[in-house]
Amino acid sequence: MDIYRAIADRTRRAILDELVDRSGQSLFELCGRLIMKHGISSSRQAISQHLDVLEAAGLIRTRREGRSKLHWFVGAPLKAIGERWPIATDEDISNPTEEDIEE
Amino acid sequence: MRINLTSVSVDDQAKALRFYTETLGFRLKHNIPLGEYAWITVVSEEAPEGTELLLEPAEHPAVRRYRTALVEDGIPLASFAVDDVEVEHERLVAEGVRFVQPPTDLGTVITAVFDDSCGNLIQITEEKGQP
Repeated sequence: MDIYRAIADRTRRAILDELVDRSGQSLFELCGRLIMKHGISSSRQAISQHLDVLEAAGLIRTRREGRSKLHWFVGAPLKAIGERWPIATDEDISNPTEEDIEE
Repeated sequence: MRINLTSVSVDDQAKALRFYTETLGFRLKHNIPLGEYAWITVVSEEAPEGTELLLEPAEHPAVRRYRTALVEDGIPLASFAVDDVEVEHERLVAEGVRFVQPPTDLGTVITAVFDDSCGNLIQITEEKGQP
């Protein structure tokens, strides 16, 4: 599962937003936050499938705490985006020269 | 028709009675021995004539599977209303209660979820007034 497909969905992005807000959430807590804060009223089963996609992309990890399964956000795979398209510093931003355009 | 009784299934009735009375602060209403088990209900101190909560033995195999699945996904078996979730959270943590979800502001309501140590997750909620 590539990260581009994983984050190309509004619900999955909202799930990541909520896991950044608080690490270590159960499916129940996530569903509550999604409906109350984002108006996303998908079924628990649908959210569970979104979590599977995010986990396959390495963007979340799960761990058992007591008898509950909790979810954590993992940002590391997103580094690949910044490495592929580096963010220009102010110095880099200038009009392309004639040479650049010819290339 | 009125709702006079609801129940939570518990691993150990004696332990549950201690938790629901001494820790949560409910009042014992009935404790009637029925052979191996007992008919134990508690009520809120704020509404002693209100709905009774039955502490029911979780002896049926299907109940155990059902509760295991709920706890895995963090789903509470029961929900109680409180005036202030933050205050209750602080009080219960000091009593050694384990929360799986700390107080969370969901807009119209603040919720938290704790482990009742008898096999269930329990939610507490505080309705927020109109801003």
